[in-house]
Amino acid sequence: MVLKTLEVLGALHGYGIARRIEQISGDLLAVNQGTLYPVLLKLEQEGVIESEWGASENNRRARFYRLTREGRKQLQVEAQDWQKTAALIGRFFAAKAEDLS
Amino acid sequence: MKHFRRFFTRLFNSATMRARDERLEEEIEEHIALRTAENIRGGLSPGEARRQAILKFGGREAVKEDYRAQRGLLFFDNLARDLRLAIRMLRKSPGFTIVAIATLAMAIGANAVVFSVLNALILHPLHIPQAESFYGIQHGNEPSSYQSYPDYLDLRERNRSFDDIAAYDAALAGLDTGENPSRAWIFLASGNYFDVLRLQPFLGRFFHASDEHGPNSAPFIVLSYAFWHTNFHDDRGVVGRVVQVNKHPFTILGVAPPGFHGTLVFFNPGFFVPLVNQEQVEGVNDLNARGKRFIFMTMGHLKQGVTPAQAVADLNSIGSYLERTYPEDDEQRTFTLNRPSLYGDYLGKPVRAFMTGLMLLSGLILLAACANLGSLFGARAADRSREVALRLALGASRARILRQLFTEALLLSLLGGALGLWGSFVLLGALSNWQPFSRWPMQLPVNPDANVYGVALLLTVASGFLFGAVPVRQVLHTNPYEIIKAAPRGVVGGRITIRDLALVVQIAICALLVTSSIVAVRGLLRSLHSDFGFDPESAIVADTDLSMSGYSGERALQMQKRMIDAVAAIPGVQSVGLIDWAPLVSGGAIDTTVFTDAATDFRPSNAAAKPYMYGISPEYFHAARTGLLAGRTFTWHDDENAPRVAVINQEFARRLFGSAANALGGYFKTPDGTRLQVVGVVENGKYQSLTENPSPAMFLPFLQSPSTQTYLVVRSDRDLAQMAAAVRSTMRTLDPSLPVYMGPWNQELATTLFGSRMAAITLGVMGAIGAMLSITGIFGMAAYSVSKRLRELGIRMALGAQRKEVLQAALGRAFKLLAVGSTAGLLLGILASRVLSAIVYQATPRDPVVLAGVVLAMLSLGLLAAWIPARRALAIDPAILMREE
Repeated sequence: MVLKTLEVLGALHGYGIARRIEQISGDLLAVNQGTLYPVLLKLEQEGVIESEWGASENNRRARFYRLTREGRKQLQVEAQDWQKTAALIGRFFAAKAEDLS
Repeated sequence: MKHFRRFFTRLFNSATMRARDERLEEEIEEHIALRTAENIRGGLSPGEARRQAILKFGGREAVKEDYRAQRGLLFFDNLARDLRLAIRMLRKSPGFTIVAIATLAMAIGANAVVFSVLNALILHPLHIPQAESFYGIQHGNEPSSYQSYPDYLDLRERNRSFDDIAAYDAALAGLDTGENPSRAWIFLASGNYFDVLRLQPFLGRFFHASDEHGPNSAPFIVLSYAFWHTNFHDDRGVVGRVVQVNKHPFTILGVAPPGFHGTLVFFNPGFFVPLVNQEQVEGVNDLNARGKRFIFMTMGHLKQGVTPAQAVADLNSIGSYLERTYPEDDEQRTFTLNRPSLYGDYLGKPVRAFMTGLMLLSGLILLAACANLGSLFGARAADRSREVALRLALGASRARILRQLFTEALLLSLLGGALGLWGSFVLLGALSNWQPFSRWPMQLPVNPDANVYGVALLLTVASGFLFGAVPVRQVLHTNPYEIIKAAPRGVVGGRITIRDLALVVQIAICALLVTSSIVAVRGLLRSLHSDFGFDPESAIVADTDLSMSGYSGERALQMQKRMIDAVAAIPGVQSVGLIDWAPLVSGGAIDTTVFTDAATDFRPSNAAAKPYMYGISPEYFHAARTGLLAGRTFTWHDDENAPRVAVINQEFARRLFGSAANALGGYFKTPDGTRLQVVGVVENGKYQSLTENPSPAMFLPFLQSPSTQTYLVVRSDRDLAQMAAAVRSTMRTLDPSLPVYMGPWNQELATTLFGSRMAAITLGVMGAIGAMLSITGIFGMAAYSVSKRLRELGIRMALGAQRKEVLQAALGRAFKLLAVGSTAGLLLGILASRVLSAIVYQATPRDPVVLAGVVLAMLSLGLLAAWIPARRALAIDPAILMREE
């Protein structure tokens, strides 16, 4: 989710990411927004995103996260994986008893 | 790859923890500020907006904690924290820390020293390539390796198991470089010596088999590196220089590599000379004498794929060929293989046994130290049981607490190990530079190498885990509710615990060491005052070899007479005697075979006895104070024109003639068939070593059996140092080019006493370490039991118990253990003394002094250890104690 957000919106600070996820999930995902930061750190350590200081909307120092090339690659891989998985699960749900007989 | 990168980033982050904390703080602030702004835009009041923002963000500390775990390496962060706590804890109890570190340092240091010596002497003695396939050839029937030159050539040419076989003999030679004539120990080596060892020269070249063309054809010298360093001051121009060896010109070919100092690990020859030049160096040519076994050792690399057993079979077949072909010279030619560095089994076996024993002992000491520290650690953990319980109650995992304890243990053991290693490093450095005998070029190269460091580290970590593991069970079984509810209670019980057993074992080891060291010291003292068959007090031995200055035959004899006369004329000299090998001094004694008068077959197996043989001047017995029991000693008329005569000792007389009285006037024969008449009988003595059984010896007049080897025994009641100076200047006026060596006779016995002295010192040191360990052990146990039972003791005192009863209650157990342990140790010591008696003269534990000494030592040890706990027990004030509860 984080990666996709960054891909769509480009460089973004932590709050922006949280906000975006909130908007898209439509408050279905009611997690504490604080938990986002350890995840960001982990992704940065893995080298799929990078970060630098910049100025936020209200002109304060904020850390902006951006997707790296490696990150884009991983996003593609994971997107494919997810689509495969989703398609597979979808087929299971679509299958009716008579289809098998 | 991904994980790898994360690991390093995290490692880096661990180091820069604080700076990164601020980054998170800032991000969180920003997040909340943005949210607040948005909430305000959504119509909330500023206060409510901020509250909502914070609520939405969630648990701030939890996020931080999570973030930290994600960012750094939890393991290292915790380790750092544990370390800090451990250091704080240890600094809080400096007494415990010092005792623990000192104990460990001693135990680990002792192990490092012993292991380094083991490593240098037995595991990696020779620094030559492929040392594992390098073997010496030893006789099958006795631990010796000497060969004659013709036999050596046969072995070399006929065997199919060795790549090649080299031979060497050690000799003393006079070296004259144009300045100060000096004498040096050298190796007479076969031409292929360095090639067999697969060595490359440091400078110049070595001599090779191709340089040998018959007797005295290769007047070449290869210097050892150390000799080059000290005598030629690293002068690279020495190659090609001509120097005088025993007045013969020799050319210096090259210098051997630094790590190489001959093929005996403890003996450092100054230089190497080809064996074919024996005549120039030793004054005799034995290259064709099959019966003269003057070569010290032969050795070589086994061919690839040949096992030692195959090689032995091969050698034995050559041996039986030699027996068949040369029956008069070669008997019992069977062989085994050995490691040449300690002269095969002769020294190798006892040294190996002794070192193995020592290693075992020091291992036990380390074990005892661990047991001790373990019990101290256990006691500390028990004292901290409330702290542990509290931490458990607050949610710490047991693993986390154990890790803290292990960190503390490992920190202690690493500190102790480092200190011990440093100490052993210093000690080994001194040991390596130590030359126990001025007369012999003996040195033990025992500097620690990577093996030693590895073993020390291993032992350190292992012992840390070992004693750190003692409180594990305690922690695992801690029930926080129980402990916090109740005050710590003493365990009162008669149960024998593992801790008690450990203490008993260690007291037993200590008692064993104390017993052995007292036995060794007693034996040493006794051997210093035992009956040598001569009196080494207030006498000087001056020795030289006349062949080093070119004397031989009649000229040597004349020179010896002049020396005796000149030295006897020095004021203060009571008597002067000449002998060709001073007993117990020269390190070896020449033995020969003798036959009864009736014998006609002079094969060694027909010999009636194998006595030591000495050539002496008429005055010798008087100067040496050897008691003449019957008959006469020699006169100056017993020369080459007079009938051949001999003086024999009691043992000789007993073996050949039955008694001293029968011996007088009797005849016996030497291997060349010469008849000798016995004219006198003297007391028995010690000739080669102090532990030897009474051995036969015979003395011949030096006029009838000349030798250039000359020892002058100078007896005087004046100051020996002054006397030595006077003797030296007298000798110089006779011939300034003659290298003379001298010293007080009793000090010259150092060689013979070396083994027992070393054994006594080592055992003494080990005993001291053992004693200290026992003290800490008993102290720890007694202190623990007193502190655990303070309340009980207080109640007893309040109820009117006497001091004696209190002490008994507090310390009775410790002393019971001490008694059991000491008895066991003493018994073991008595058994161990059998081993010791091979090294130390008359070592026997059946000696009231030894028994009393051990009991006294162990008792005072116990008193010393129990002193402080006893004082503490007696100082209990029941009133104060009760109030505390």
